[in-house]
Amino acid sequence: MSERNGPRPSSDVALDVRDLWMRYGTKDVLQGVSFTAQRGEVVALLGPNGAGKTTTIEILEGFRMRSAGEVLVLGQDPAHGDEAWRARLGVVLQSWRDHGRWRVRDLLGYLARFYVPYSTPEVSRPWDVEELIRVVGLAEQANAKVQTLSGGQRRRLDVAIGIVGRPELVFLDEPTAGFDPHARREFHDLVHRLADFENTTVLLTTHDLDEAEKLADRILVLDEGTIIANGSADQLARELTTQAEVRWTSEGRRHVHAVTEGDPTRFVRELLTQDAGATDLEVRRASLEDTYMSLVHRAEADPAGQADRTGPVGTDQTEEAQS
Amino acid sequence: MTTSTPTDVRWAAVRAGLSRGWLETKYSLQEPGDVIWIVAFPVIYAVVLLFMRGSTVPGTDFALGAMVLPSLVGMSIAFGGLTGPASTIAVDREDGTLLRAKATPDGMVGYLVGKILLFALTTLVSLVALVIPAFTVAGDLRLDARTGVLLVLIFVVGMVATVPISVALGSLFKTASQTGLLFLGSMLLIVPSGIFYPITALPVWLQWVGQAFPYYWLGLGARSAMLPESMVAAEIGESWRTAEMFAVLGVWALVGMVLAPIVLRRMARRESGSTVAAARERYMSKGY
Repeated sequence: MSERNGPRPSSDVALDVRDLWMRYGTKDVLQGVSFTAQRGEVVALLGPNGAGKTTTIEILEGFRMRSAGEVLVLGQDPAHGDEAWRARLGVVLQSWRDHGRWRVRDLLGYLARFYVPYSTPEVSRPWDVEELIRVVGLAEQANAKVQTLSGGQRRRLDVAIGIVGRPELVFLDEPTAGFDPHARREFHDLVHRLADFENTTVLLTTHDLDEAEKLADRILVLDEGTIIANGSADQLARELTTQAEVRWTSEGRRHVHAVTEGDPTRFVRELLTQDAGATDLEVRRASLEDTYMSLVHRAEADPAGQADRTGPVGTDQTEEAQS
Repeated sequence: MTTSTPTDVRWAAVRAGLSRGWLETKYSLQEPGDVIWIVAFPVIYAVVLLFMRGSTVPGTDFALGAMVLPSLVGMSIAFGGLTGPASTIAVDREDGTLLRAKATPDGMVGYLVGKILLFALTTLVSLVALVIPAFTVAGDLRLDARTGVLLVLIFVVGMVATVPISVALGSLFKTASQTGLLFLGSMLLIVPSGIFYPITALPVWLQWVGQAFPYYWLGLGARSAMLPESMVAAEIGESWRTAEMFAVLGVWALVGMVLAPIVLRRMARRESGSTVAAARERYMSKGY
């Protein structure tokens, strides 16, 4: 791998984002987003609708121009990514009606052809189509028309298309939106397999904390265009859930104290030294889920957040008017 | 990097595009809706022949039906090349086909090659279907080696002159429904293009309108290939104007080939998951 990337010291870094800004009209959708992802890491970009997840991933995919900041994806700036760079990326798109008449095997076979010249001694490209069809569980549908597939099957085809070139880095934008629990679980297994067996770096966006916890080595919480937390689910729980409630009974009365900053231990120690009669002591931290849900509720109640959601589309129209 | 040279990469994309064109043609011919479009002109021609039975070109004893055939051949080429790519590009843009092409290395090359082959093949099928009703007037036509060579040449030049400009037009449309305008425009252009009636019978200003577009020239070219020499009397300047035909079509090809990559690239640059999602939402909100 290092050979392919030359002497660049960051060859173990698949994604390097520094102070990324995105402005639509007068609204800053991304306000200084910075993060990195190591090779083989599965990173989830978690956040409520309108937090800027899709904008971020589209900038990294090279489909959208950023306003400011430095971005390196597999060592290249996605704004000037060439086709050889593109061949090392996998983009899992949400299919809708495209290639509806095509048969599953034909479509994968067609797309696989583009990756043949990019095969290297280390990474043999593309994926064998029959094997890939088996891996994503579409063996029975190999000859079916794409338009006859169920939602879950179509999504698995999307994943197959995204990885047919054996990418080093895969982007998944809201991969399980609209899945039933069974399809979701199968999909999660597939992502795990990618990361474990293929050593593929995965960046996925989701608004579902549970999904981020299940899939990702590391979770980035994006809120109103900034990353407010970055770490494993455990680290996140410590970082984000600063609120704790201390309850105790003293002289027959129940007391509640909210600790909004830092460690509640100090408060408890002081309480116990000062109030010898305190009993029924209870310290309760808000769970990560509570904290995340309050974030989501706030984003949904906030009208600015909603404007944010329609932001990308509106800007496209302005772009068109200008050009 | 890789051991492949840029030429290898391009060739892989072109070959992939050829397989795309072949597959899409196959799928298209299995789809009743598409087949109707492909055989529309042959059917129209059969009906026209029925009405023109016994009629002759004014002032001659040449069957009117035989004169219309080459014009229709030229028109099929122009119509297939001009409207087909534009309408599919608009649709493919909305449904995310283009975005997939963009996400694939050199996928746009494959996509374009595929489209050109698709329209060349379906137009060819349409032309072959035209031959069936044409048998009834074959006796009046000039059919020799020169006819064959000229027809192949006109087909190739016609495709090169029309497909790129159509790709450029299709990239300018913002939604698939706007391509209806293109169909309407094409239908209107058939009137001054000397397809069903000699262009010399039209007012001079209309003759000029007709001569600005490939419909007239492709029709003229096909007539020069298939009609006996005496029929040249019905043409402007009593000449087949072969050099002018290739010149005008060449200009169209040139303009198209300069414009198409620019417009297509500009349009494709804007494509992303959220633009497709927006198109999808627009579509869903219409409720059909």
